[in-house]
Amino acid sequence: MSGFSPTRIGAVLIKEFKQLTRDRLTYAMMLALPIIQLLLFGYAINSEPRHLPTAVLIQEDTVFARSVVAALKNSLYFEFAAQARTPAELDEMIRRGDVQFAITIPGDFTRRVARGDTPQILVEADATDPSATGGAVAALASLPNQALARDLTGALSARQAKAPFEVVVHRRYNPEAVTAYNIVPGLLGVILSMTLVMMTSLSVTREAERGTMESLLATPVEPIEVMVGKLAPYVLVGLIQTVIILVIARLLFNVPMLGGWTGLALGVALFIVGSLALGFLISTVAQSQLQAMQMSVFYILPSILLSGFMFPFRGMPGWAQAIGEVIPVTHFLRVVRGALLKGQGLGDMWRELVALSAFVCVVTAIAMARYRRTLD
Amino acid sequence: MSAHAPLPGGLAIDVHGLNKTFGDKRVVKDVDIQVPEGRICGFLGPNGSGKTTTLRMLCGLLTPDSGSGTCLGLDVIKDAHQIKLATGYMTQKFSLYEDLTIAENLMFSARVHELDRRKARVDQALERLGLTERRNQLAGTLSGGWKQRMALATATLHEPRLLLLDEPTAGVDPKARRTFWDEIHALSAEGLTVLVSTHYMDEAERCHEIAYIAYGELIARGTAAEVIAGSHLVTFNGEGEGVERLAKALAAAPGVEMVAPFGATLHVSGTDRAALEAAIAPYRQAPFRWTEVEPTLEDVFIRLMDQSQDNFR
Repeated sequence: MSGFSPTRIGAVLIKEFKQLTRDRLTYAMMLALPIIQLLLFGYAINSEPRHLPTAVLIQEDTVFARSVVAALKNSLYFEFAAQARTPAELDEMIRRGDVQFAITIPGDFTRRVARGDTPQILVEADATDPSATGGAVAALASLPNQALARDLTGALSARQAKAPFEVVVHRRYNPEAVTAYNIVPGLLGVILSMTLVMMTSLSVTREAERGTMESLLATPVEPIEVMVGKLAPYVLVGLIQTVIILVIARLLFNVPMLGGWTGLALGVALFIVGSLALGFLISTVAQSQLQAMQMSVFYILPSILLSGFMFPFRGMPGWAQAIGEVIPVTHFLRVVRGALLKGQGLGDMWRELVALSAFVCVVTAIAMARYRRTLD
Repeated sequence: MSAHAPLPGGLAIDVHGLNKTFGDKRVVKDVDIQVPEGRICGFLGPNGSGKTTTLRMLCGLLTPDSGSGTCLGLDVIKDAHQIKLATGYMTQKFSLYEDLTIAENLMFSARVHELDRRKARVDQALERLGLTERRNQLAGTLSGGWKQRMALATATLHEPRLLLLDEPTAGVDPKARRTFWDEIHALSAEGLTVLVSTHYMDEAERCHEIAYIAYGELIARGTAAEVIAGSHLVTFNGEGEGVERLAKALAAAPGVEMVAPFGATLHVSGTDRAALEAAIAPYRQAPFRWTEVEPTLEDVFIRLMDQSQDNFR
């Protein structure tokens, strides 16, 4: 009989449901993934970060200077992480990315406030990620009128009529706060991990699923030979992608490229190899190509959300930052943004490169240990 | 084949007490296999009897839980890598790259084995297969018979001394099977030792000797004639209009261990000749005619299978 048969629909439905429950991992992923994601990203993501690390260069140790610092602290946006002794030291801190803000209180601050000629406090913001600094910069607007309210008493109370000092905000590395300058270099990391991890995560699984693994294992080929042979073509794919993305970033998005080419090249190489090794590791764990895809997605989501690509890294709570530090994209983003937008040299980004190298070594070692020479 | 040092006892495979357990299932139990060099040994047994597992242990794809012995004079446990170098293994499922061409698959195998004169060897293999014209065809587009012949060519490209074939002709038409077996015999004539698992009785009869494994245990070994003789099975062939309708009654009779219809005839077998004859006696009348026949390998194997099943329970 043609037409609409509830029994036949039921037959398909029941079969489908049974098959779903047989594939435990898929089932678990479908239930666990939303919960994990909701909790993880719900609590971790904060697009208006507070407590941003700030360095100060106080060229005079006075009551007024301390009041300004206290007022900044009270705004909750600034967390004083370091005190620089020289302008050069302050500059290095912000270039290396140790701090988000560098604040300079000039040497004649108190004297000029007293004289009423509105001295300037220089706030340099690392604006490579404009969204990270937006809230803090906005909060600075009310600073001049409040910071010294308690200090300007007696003869000086007249100074409260107008703002006793000025805050000059200097958005460094991205003065016009162009989001694309931040996002486009970041996309390099996201695109590379998406394609490379996914492609290679299928590599061994595909052999197992098609039955060619058994033949391959029966040959004298060694695990490391399989891994290198399988991954090498993708290294080339990754390099071509990198060149294309950088060319487009330059030509269409006008992303500044200040230099740091050596560090960038090293970072790209390490990141490509690390992503491929991770994909290979996934493919030794996954039972089927579907599982391999699911695991890749499981990796790529935090790479986008917790790495600082989409939301400011410093906006996340400590535990989420700890997770982020384990993800290679996090370190790669710092390398790419540091090189292109800040012109960081190797000396500024060596920690990120070491982190990427460690990731490559650990993942390769696990993948080799997981790869089975036999069918046992 | 190049000259090699003679193997101890002239045995290409000489393993004892192989055991393999998956989870709580003991798949292979104390299996001993000896295959003299240059012989074709048929490996038979019901599905799930441990044939594939045994073959995989012999070529180093699985590590035996216990057991010892040699393949080509090399220790099966310690020298798995060297055994791989001198062994060709053809899996049950077609396991060449379907998205590579015939020539590319062969070339891959040549490279993985680090062969010299790779191009010449590949050309030679294609020539031998008669696939020179179709060398650039994708392997996945070949028919079942051709796939198996190609898999054989790939498994023998590195001139192994031992060939392990796991049900190589399953699902292949009779003519292609014949061609395949001609090739195996040709290879054997060159000195290659072959251990081949199969479910086809005609193939078992083409082997120099056979080994029968059931539920992980080796039950019978020898040439086809030896195995048949060793079974002490007596078989009567019944003919005549409606003889097949006797099957049920005969099967229930004492002394009848096996009843199997063969087209319009009926094979009735048992190990006790007197009891068997007594069971048939009531039906020794027109239109039925009974003659004693040599039991076929199939009769013997089905009986072995039933027997071991009984033991298993």
